[in-house]
Amino acid sequence: MPKNLLSIKNLCASVDGKRILNGVNMEICPGEVHVLMGPNGAGKSTLANVVMGDPRYRVDAGAVFFEGEDITGEKPDTRARRGMFLSFQAPEEIPGITVENFLRAAKAAYSGEDVKLLPFRKELRAKMSELEMEPSYAARYLNVGFSGGEKKKNEILQMAVLNPKLAILDETDSGLDIDAVKTISESVHRYKNETNAVLIITHITRILQRLPADYIHIMSDGRIVRTSDASLIEEISRGGFASVLG
Amino acid sequence: MEKQKTRVDDINRERFDFRDADKSGYKTGKGLTADIVTEISKMKNEPAWMLKHRLRSLEIYHRTPLPAWGPPLGKLNMDEIVTYVKPDTGLKSDWNEVPEYIKNTFERLGIPKAERESLAGVGAQYDSEVVYHNIRRELLSQGVIYTDMETAVQEHEDIVKELFMKLVPPQDHKFAALHGAVWSGGSYVYVPEGVRLAIPLQSYFRLNAPGAGQFEHTLIVVEKGASVHFIEGCSAPKYNVLNLHAGCVELYVREGATLRYSTIENWSKNMMNLNTKRALVEKNATIEWISGTFGSNTTMLYPSSILKGEGARSTFTGITFAGNGQHLDTGAKVVHAAPNTSSTVSSRSISKDGGIAVYRSVINILQNASESKSSIVCESLMMDSVSRSDTIPVMDIRNDRVDIGHEAKIGRISDAAIFYLMTRGLPEEEAKAMIVRGFVEPIAKELPLEYAVEMNRLISLELEGTIG
Repeated sequence: MPKNLLSIKNLCASVDGKRILNGVNMEICPGEVHVLMGPNGAGKSTLANVVMGDPRYRVDAGAVFFEGEDITGEKPDTRARRGMFLSFQAPEEIPGITVENFLRAAKAAYSGEDVKLLPFRKELRAKMSELEMEPSYAARYLNVGFSGGEKKKNEILQMAVLNPKLAILDETDSGLDIDAVKTISESVHRYKNETNAVLIITHITRILQRLPADYIHIMSDGRIVRTSDASLIEEISRGGFASVLG
Repeated sequence: MEKQKTRVDDINRERFDFRDADKSGYKTGKGLTADIVTEISKMKNEPAWMLKHRLRSLEIYHRTPLPAWGPPLGKLNMDEIVTYVKPDTGLKSDWNEVPEYIKNTFERLGIPKAERESLAGVGAQYDSEVVYHNIRRELLSQGVIYTDMETAVQEHEDIVKELFMKLVPPQDHKFAALHGAVWSGGSYVYVPEGVRLAIPLQSYFRLNAPGAGQFEHTLIVVEKGASVHFIEGCSAPKYNVLNLHAGCVELYVREGATLRYSTIENWSKNMMNLNTKRALVEKNATIEWISGTFGSNTTMLYPSSILKGEGARSTFTGITFAGNGQHLDTGAKVVHAAPNTSSTVSSRSISKDGGIAVYRSVINILQNASESKSSIVCESLMMDSVSRSDTIPVMDIRNDRVDIGHEAKIGRISDAAIFYLMTRGLPEEEAKAMIVRGFVEPIAKELPLEYAVEMNRLISLELEGTIG
């Protein structure tokens, strides 16, 4: 048995007194691809945010472990530096800070090492080109005036540069055209290896074409109600969530 | 998980907070009387008209009430303020002749170094008098004058008499009157027709004595087609008693001339900063204000441009950072008094830890100012729920054929944005600092490089070494 990367134990969380997560359990090991699906409002994004330590949510019970350590009370930046990453569904716009400066600062914080300007710039250009992003985006303010698709690509660019141990992709594929989904899917495929893991939150399964899923989790009312192998996807595609929720 | 509060650091004042022992050669008693004013005038060996101006100003001061608007000024007790503190030295043009402790002060503030590296001329005022003034020799031969105000009264009496406190008359408000009565020090700049200075002049004002006032007067004349960048810096060590700064700046920008006037103000937090700055801008001339307000207990500062000639232009770029205990009321005023004049005002303010930042502006477009343009953008960022931010923009437009734009935005720093940056490994303070730095970026990029660096240092963003 490989050591667990992420363990979620009976996680319960609420926002503004409203309970969203009702005892979530999940185990993710290195090398695995997990997919989290479920109807709108099931708590999928909340789970991603709580796992990342969003202070706007309150953890009422349960715990989150990363590489065997309890991180339930840790701040988001500490979790990030452990190697966790979240690609946001609706990334924030940060005026005045360029993509390049931001990513360089983030990489330095992430790795705890100095990031030299010129080699970093070269690496950034290469990763942008893989994502078919215009080089000029490096000098633009972070997400400001980016289209939905550009924002999503920018999230994946950050993932590629920071190279986390666990990447949680929250609906990174929604609202994108076919070509963009393909580009992003290929980028995630390039990133993926035997030592890291991906948790993909999605409504559609196109992003999975290049990325065979090991586990499919179905979430409803703040719980994981079913976990299965990839064959579950076919079932959902045919009969919708109703067919698997029973 | 427990929600934790963290903070963005206050402005790092360490570089400014050192103080020298009070070694003044002479100071007046506290308070304000005709005797004190006469004595200041006598010590400066002034012509009779200046003494008359001082006494008349004093009279106006006594009968003028405090402004009925703006931050509370009640805590200022003029009976406790020493209006004139003469350092124990005369005016020098060689740093080696300036007394060691004063020279050390300016060394620590980086003035002589900046003079050697990037300035065309430097003036340094210590308490009430200018102790050092020097200008590069080649500028002298082009007829540029850059000296202290006292010397100007003696050596350029005609021009000074014609222009002194004509743009900002003592009747303007109580502190203009006070300034007229007890002014001391400051700079006089004269740039002859067609002379364009490639590198800036800088005057630095240091107030060392506790419980004292500084009332320097800056008078700049930029003749036809000439141009100059004037930089003003100021700081003081912190005391437990209130200090007062009521300077006055009068700028005459003649036809086709350009003047850039930059200030990074970093007074200590016991300073009442009640400063008046005004420019008269003639045909096709340009005034560019750059104004950073970081220090002081209370500030009222609204650099004003009177666009007198056709095609005159004014730009104002300002940044205000109000921390704990600070009430900073800043902005700009523009009077469009001729056709085809244009103005832009761009202001950003940050308030934190209970600080109050108020943006206040007045745009007057007079009846004859057809085809004029004005655009105002002011944005405020509050770092927490105990800080305050207000915007009070006033527009008085007497002409239909004008183009006016106004945009105001006040917001709290976004928790979602902080979380976003933190998920990329940035600690909370750094995430907040990055958002603040991004917020002031449109202003920072307007500043000359060394000033942008200074501003970043002032905002203490702790990003040094990660972004460069």
